[in-house]
Amino acid sequence: MQSLILTTTTRLLVALLLVFSVYALLRGHNLPGGGFIGGLIGATAFILYAIAASVEDAARALKVDPANIAMLGVGVAGLSGLSAGLANQPFFTGQWLFLFAEDGGKGIPISSVLFFDIGVYMAVFGGILTLVFALEREI
Amino acid sequence: MELLLAITIGIVVATSVYLMLDRNVLRFLFGLVLLSNAVNLVIFAAGRLTAGAPPLIADGAYAPDGQIANALPQALVLTAIVIGFGLLAFTLALVYRTYKSLGTVNSDEMRLAEPEDTHK
Amino acid sequence: MADDYIKVPRFMGGPAGWISILFPAALFIYFAGLLPQIAQTPVMRGIDWVPSLGIRLSVILDGLSMTFALLITGIGTAVTLYSSRYLGDHPHYPRFVSYLLIFMVGMLGLVLADNLISVFVFWEVTTISSYLLIGFNADKAASRRSALQALLVTGAGGLILLAGIIVLGNIAGSYELSEILPQGDMIRAHPWYLAILLMFLAGAFTKSAQVPFHFWLPNAMAAPTPVSAYLHSATMVKAGVFLMARMNPALGGTDVWFWVLTIFGGVTAVFASVMALRQTDIKQVLAYTTLMALGTLTMFIGAGTHYAISAAMLFLVVHSLYKAALFLMIGIVDHSTGTRDATVLRGLGRAMPLTALAAALAALSMAGIPPLVGFVGKEYMYKASLGLDQGMIWVTAMTFAASALMFVAGGIVALKPFRGQLAETPHKAHEGPWQMLAGPLVLGALSLTFGLMPDLLGEYIVGPGARAVYGPHEDLHLHLWGGLNAALYLSLATFAAGLLLYLVHTRIRSALTRIENRNPIDFDAGWDRLLDGFKAFAAWQTGLIQTGSLQRYMAVIFGAFIVMVGGTYLVKGAFSGLPGLSQAEAHPVQWTVLALIAVGSILVVWTHSRMTAVAGMGVVGIGVSLIFIIFSAPDVAITQLLVEVLVVVLVSLVMLRLPYLPRRSSKNFRTGHAIIAGGVGVVTTFLMISVLGSDFDPRLTEFFEKASYPDAHGRNIVNVILVDFRALDTFGEITVVTMAAIAAYALLRGVKKAVPDDEREA
Repeated sequence: MQSLILTTTTRLLVALLLVFSVYALLRGHNLPGGGFIGGLIGATAFILYAIAASVEDAARALKVDPANIAMLGVGVAGLSGLSAGLANQPFFTGQWLFLFAEDGGKGIPISSVLFFDIGVYMAVFGGILTLVFALEREI
Repeated sequence: MELLLAITIGIVVATSVYLMLDRNVLRFLFGLVLLSNAVNLVIFAAGRLTAGAPPLIADGAYAPDGQIANALPQALVLTAIVIGFGLLAFTLALVYRTYKSLGTVNSDEMRLAEPEDTHK
Repeated sequence: MADDYIKVPRFMGGPAGWISILFPAALFIYFAGLLPQIAQTPVMRGIDWVPSLGIRLSVILDGLSMTFALLITGIGTAVTLYSSRYLGDHPHYPRFVSYLLIFMVGMLGLVLADNLISVFVFWEVTTISSYLLIGFNADKAASRRSALQALLVTGAGGLILLAGIIVLGNIAGSYELSEILPQGDMIRAHPWYLAILLMFLAGAFTKSAQVPFHFWLPNAMAAPTPVSAYLHSATMVKAGVFLMARMNPALGGTDVWFWVLTIFGGVTAVFASVMALRQTDIKQVLAYTTLMALGTLTMFIGAGTHYAISAAMLFLVVHSLYKAALFLMIGIVDHSTGTRDATVLRGLGRAMPLTALAAALAALSMAGIPPLVGFVGKEYMYKASLGLDQGMIWVTAMTFAASALMFVAGGIVALKPFRGQLAETPHKAHEGPWQMLAGPLVLGALSLTFGLMPDLLGEYIVGPGARAVYGPHEDLHLHLWGGLNAALYLSLATFAAGLLLYLVHTRIRSALTRIENRNPIDFDAGWDRLLDGFKAFAAWQTGLIQTGSLQRYMAVIFGAFIVMVGGTYLVKGAFSGLPGLSQAEAHPVQWTVLALIAVGSILVVWTHSRMTAVAGMGVVGIGVSLIFIIFSAPDVAITQLLVEVLVVVLVSLVMLRLPYLPRRSSKNFRTGHAIIAGGVGVVTTFLMISVLGSDFDPRLTEFFEKASYPDAHGRNIVNVILVDFRALDTFGEITVVTMAAIAAYALLRGVKKAVPDDEREA
């Protein structure tokens, strides 16, 4: 499947989709989005790239084996859950840190929940790319 | 609307069951995809239908204002969709691998583990 | 001198041996120390185990459990000491000892537990450890068969017992024996009484090997001899007797109880003592005399008078003392000479004097000859049976028959092998080591001591035991010499009959063998037929249900769905109907989307083109995501759309490589499939209508809505649920996605190279 229009626009689209996927991930706690959606969008970007160019190109662009990303994601999510143990609270109790918080505002919230969502993002992103790459390579 | 939705779900379920009864595993797979969709709709609808009020809390508010859509089934369905996709992809890989190894997509002809006429 | 047990490498079997001997010995001393206290009042202690289910580890220590605890630990000590020499050099000796200790703990728990659920758990512990011990010589097929047989028979009984325990616990409102036993009148009057009784008796009769469940016990003699002495004579097989005695205050005293127990017990006693004469293997003789003892005990517990209960308690102790000694004795003989055949063994007395002494003491007690305690026991049984109603004279008759036959058995087991000229045996006879002699000798000495001083036994063991089973009663007095009374005359008649039978016992044996060869009812063969039947049934139903056809499986699954869900609606009338639905009209956009979904799904079924099918699935997926958008689920809708794109990409990718058989011609239309599919669809529709028409419980949703921002600092409630409130679920789900991906990757890796690519679609 080599189409000039597709290959040309893909470069732009892939970058856009990736940025958008991170945006969806980060805004997910307050607006529609989150790790699942972000991960799916990110995966779509690379699948598009694989269709436009080739699986090998997409894999090269990704640099890391997607299966590793997926497993790392599960690890990040699990660790973020364990972090509650430091505060002597039950597994997966959200831990929050509000940077530069002023009266009434919440400043920049950093939380274990955010890391959990990042773990979800990585697991979905890596898992789906593992699947798709395997199917495209072997078929 | 609710009645129509129930009937539509019934139709999707019926078609997916018919497909899953086929001995061509590819059609079985199509049935699986349709059934996941139907079941997601069932879970979603069981939490009741609310139009035009997504489960978001407005800026500055501490709780949703007035009646909003039920968030719980949405969360359940969201993960179910992703899991369903994982299941589908795995089944697809399995079907393909089976076809490559056994040369058939007919489930009756897949008798590697249970050779025919062993107990008859 | 080249026998197995002579080459024992370590003194008393090494650490495993030491532990196994010291454990019961210490417990024995502990329990013995409590004796004077128990003679006065029972002690009870308890700790909560599963409080939410009302299960406590409560302990009841009264005369009955004390008697058993002393037997278990006392004979346990003798048996473990014996085993340290008998099996000390066996490569699996530590394993053997572990099984034995597990059994010991289980049996102690069984007799001491106050909670019926605990009783059941310990009951099964003894069943399982018995299975492991019978099958200890696992390389022999006969051992494995016997072990399995014992496990299945007693295990089945145990499950029935569990059902009985649960019913009884529900009626009595408690599983504590201390709370159940005082409610005897209420339980006996309850309509479920008969069912409870029969379920308890099923457990007791299988465990205590009453006819017709007796056949496993003689087979269990495949176990090493110490096990036979311990489990299958002195303790475990008496668990059924224990249960009946324990439940006597709650279940006993009715006509059913009386008749069932006396008839089954009496038949078992007489049948077993006749069968005992038929055996030539001395261990088998002992096994059948054990059956006889169990039958007698059941009969006397059934008779239920204070005398009868006391007689049962007395006989329980008497029997354990002499039978364990005899088993241990025959183990020594077997290891010394290499045979247990009663027709071969002769004149061992000179070579094995101490063994002969132990055998004599035990056998005299079994034969009921004064001044051994066996005589006291037999006298007391006669006295008790004569004290029953006039119509119950047959209990006396059965006791008489069984006692006379015991006399003969005693002669066969302990007189004949030791008298006369030394006969040729596989090994040259020699005396056993002290570890093996200690047990039988001490037990024999106890039989003599208690015979001479029966009141010692009466005051501390039998008396409190009978009180625990029967209830408060005047003190019990046991005598060696009770004066010239009917019981004594019966004893004398027993000796006469026994002596007569002993003189002709070889002729009786051959006569019995002839009868048996002429095909009487063979329980053991019946068992095999039963098992074969089960296997055939299993094969038949596996062939019926597990055809290996995916279509068939799916049809069964969906059929079950129709029957179960649809059937429930029909039977229960649970369908709430249309009125509950909201009457809001469907907006044109809404019904257009729904129509799109319906058309899309029908298209997938209808089409013979793969591309159309994929398009149909895409239409359905897009339609569903539109539904999510319309009904305020932006997150779900986005996810659905993205996944839908991926599905179409993946399916088209794979599908192009697979053959696709069109099924549109009328020949291919499966009416049966269509009926099932339609049925599932209709049931689902009705299900949805009922769900949507019934009241909604908003508690969970309201909690999430209220807690989302204040507690979890998130304004998107769906996302907050996913990553915070239900994060553990989500964690599980991303793990599944990752696993599925890796599994699919593993499945596909190398397919291209491994499988030639020439089979692409025709």
